[in-house]
Amino acid sequence: MRKTSWFNVVSLTTGFAFLYIPIIILVIFSFNKSKLVTVWAGFSTKWYGELLSNEAFLDAAWVTLRVGLWSSTIATVLGTMAALVMVRGGRFFGRTLFTGMIYAPLVMPEVITGLSLLLLFIAIGLDRGATTIVLAHATFSMCYVSVVVSSRLSTFDQSLEEAALDLGCTAFDAFKSVTLPIIAPAVASGWLLAFTLSLDDLVIASFTAGPSSTTLPIKIYSSVRLGVSPEINALSSIIIGLVTIGVLTASIASKRAIRRQQIEERRAIG
Amino acid sequence: MSNNTPFAPWNDEAAVPLIQFDGVSKKYGDFLAIDNIDLKIYPREFFALLGPSGCGKTTLMRMLAGFEEASAGKITIDNKDMAGIPPNKRAVNMMFQSYALFPHLNVVDNLAFGLKRSRMAKSEIDGRVEEMLRLVQLQKFAKRKPHQLSGGQRQRVALARALAKAPKLLLLDEPLGALDKKLREETQFELMDIQEKTGTTFVIVTHDQEEAMTVASRIAVMDHGKLVQIDTPDRVYENPNSIYVAGFIGDVNIIEGRVSHLAGEEAQLCWAEGTSDIRGMAGPKIQKGEEAAFAVRPEKVALSVQEPIERNNRVAGRVEDIAYLGNMSTYYVRLENGNLIKSQVANDRRISRRSVTWNDQVWLSWSDTAGIVLPSGGNPS
Ligand SMILES: Nc1ncnc2c1ncn2[C@@H]1O[C@H](COP(=O)(O)OP(=O)(O)O)[C@@H](O)[C@H]1O
Ligand SMILES: [Mg+2]
Repeated sequence: MRKTSWFNVVSLTTGFAFLYIPIIILVIFSFNKSKLVTVWAGFSTKWYGELLSNEAFLDAAWVTLRVGLWSSTIATVLGTMAALVMVRGGRFFGRTLFTGMIYAPLVMPEVITGLSLLLLFIAIGLDRGATTIVLAHATFSMCYVSVVVSSRLSTFDQSLEEAALDLGCTAFDAFKSVTLPIIAPAVASGWLLAFTLSLDDLVIASFTAGPSSTTLPIKIYSSVRLGVSPEINALSSIIIGLVTIGVLTASIASKRAIRRQQIEERRAIG
Repeated sequence: MSNNTPFAPWNDEAAVPLIQFDGVSKKYGDFLAIDNIDLKIYPREFFALLGPSGCGKTTLMRMLAGFEEASAGKITIDNKDMAGIPPNKRAVNMMFQSYALFPHLNVVDNLAFGLKRSRMAKSEIDGRVEEMLRLVQLQKFAKRKPHQLSGGQRQRVALARALAKAPKLLLLDEPLGALDKKLREETQFELMDIQEKTGTTFVIVTHDQEEAMTVASRIAVMDHGKLVQIDTPDRVYENPNSIYVAGFIGDVNIIEGRVSHLAGEEAQLCWAEGTSDIRGMAGPKIQKGEEAAFAVRPEKVALSVQEPIERNNRVAGRVEDIAYLGNMSTYYVRLENGNLIKSQVANDRRISRRSVTWNDQVWLSWSDTAGIVLPSGGNPS
């Protein structure tokens, strides 16, 4: 192993400090007894208790979860389909344009995405609520899914699908019983990515949310504008905990599964 | 068919072909991959497609399997026009060059995959899978996933999977390409055995001429999308119809010249001043007075120190090089006019007792029927 130089140590520490000191402070103050956020008055878990009885927060959490589940599922279906066309479609008229358009939302400013969706919903007379957030989130997260899935598909040996057709499958059956099981880990990690994106999103949600459907990020943001309360700290700590545990383990597991599958596939066709 | 008539339906006017190509062409954009092919393949044949890489062998197979549509012409299988019929509606199965085993399924599920998509009862499927496992001797590996098998075992799973649905026609695209020489040879015999047992018609693609000679009932030699010759292995070897075929199958000596005499099966070639004309068999499409080339296999060229006056075809030269191959040696003899002729001699004596060595003056000779006079042009590759 290479010797760790003092330069490496310093840059690593500064980097991590930058990233994590704010979060650590937040978590510490969520256990503060005092109502004043910046003054430490001893350890207590009472804000967590109060949070559980705060209807508004619980509602928002519920909306966020539902929106996340729906939008990521829709995005996964659409994104996988788009990836199939991009990787498999061969050369068709307007392929480059189509590919570019799939990827464009990745770099589009969220404000613009949010605004254009808002205008669309108004134009077609769709009342803003949980449904519009779901649609909006599905729209912007499907391109992330299609990126993840198409990178997997590009290493997928097409002769596997041809073998399935040769053995009597219809095109759809071949996709369902050969392609999908093999790319499933990538699809799952695409879904997870879409789900986290939806949980995190503030900008697009605030454009497309209605008065009856407030997501957690919107709720937190609007309460902070009235002053930071220890309750918010507690809520944020919970979210941080969930995200850390859930997303990290899931993404590690799915990365492993993808790698294992690729090895199996390579060996099976080699 | 009685047992002592040889299997040769291609000579039988009444025989009904299983596969028929009528003027079939395939274009990829502007590129002509298959060029106006006419071909008949009969039931129970073991038909080999032989040719250099890129000559269109895979394309021809993919048209039979239904993955590619012909751009022109008609393909019929079992008297049915195949135009527009998708792969899953054809009584044809293919063993892929890459095996294409399903990595997420174990051996049994790979074998049952096609059966589950036919109208077959569950119990029947199990029986058939068992039978297939026995056929390729993989009973012990039934529960393994493809990545837990060796190359030879994967190749056998692929073969069994393609045979499981008892197709009328089995297509094998370079099935043995990934195996080492010894395993290849064993598998070739296994393939022939299985073909005999199942009575399936096999079409095999290979670029290995020895493999084609070993397994096939007939060989089609391809070049740039065209079928150059379709014949039995011995005829392709002994009676090639062009220099291309002669050079592609086995080793060959070529002597260029002009046809000086042509009568029925006999031809003579005038090739160098001050020498007598070479006598050989008359190949197709040669004409008296025209340029032609004489082709003779090295093993048919005898080498001697004394002049073999009893033979019409004899030339003198000097040994330029000797390649020792163990069971035989190849002598490279430079003739007076500059031609280099190979003579292959069986090593029936120990190498130290060899009488001929480098720079010796020797005579080469061959019988009147050993070689063949072919139209010139189309260099061997
Ligand atoms: N899908 C395709 N698109 C364009 N050209 C192709 C395609 N498939 C094959 N070819 C071309 O057709 C020719 C024959 O290919 P192939 O049948 O695979 O040859 P072989 O199997 O004899 O090596 C090659 O020159 C190849 O580049
Ligand atoms: Mg090929």
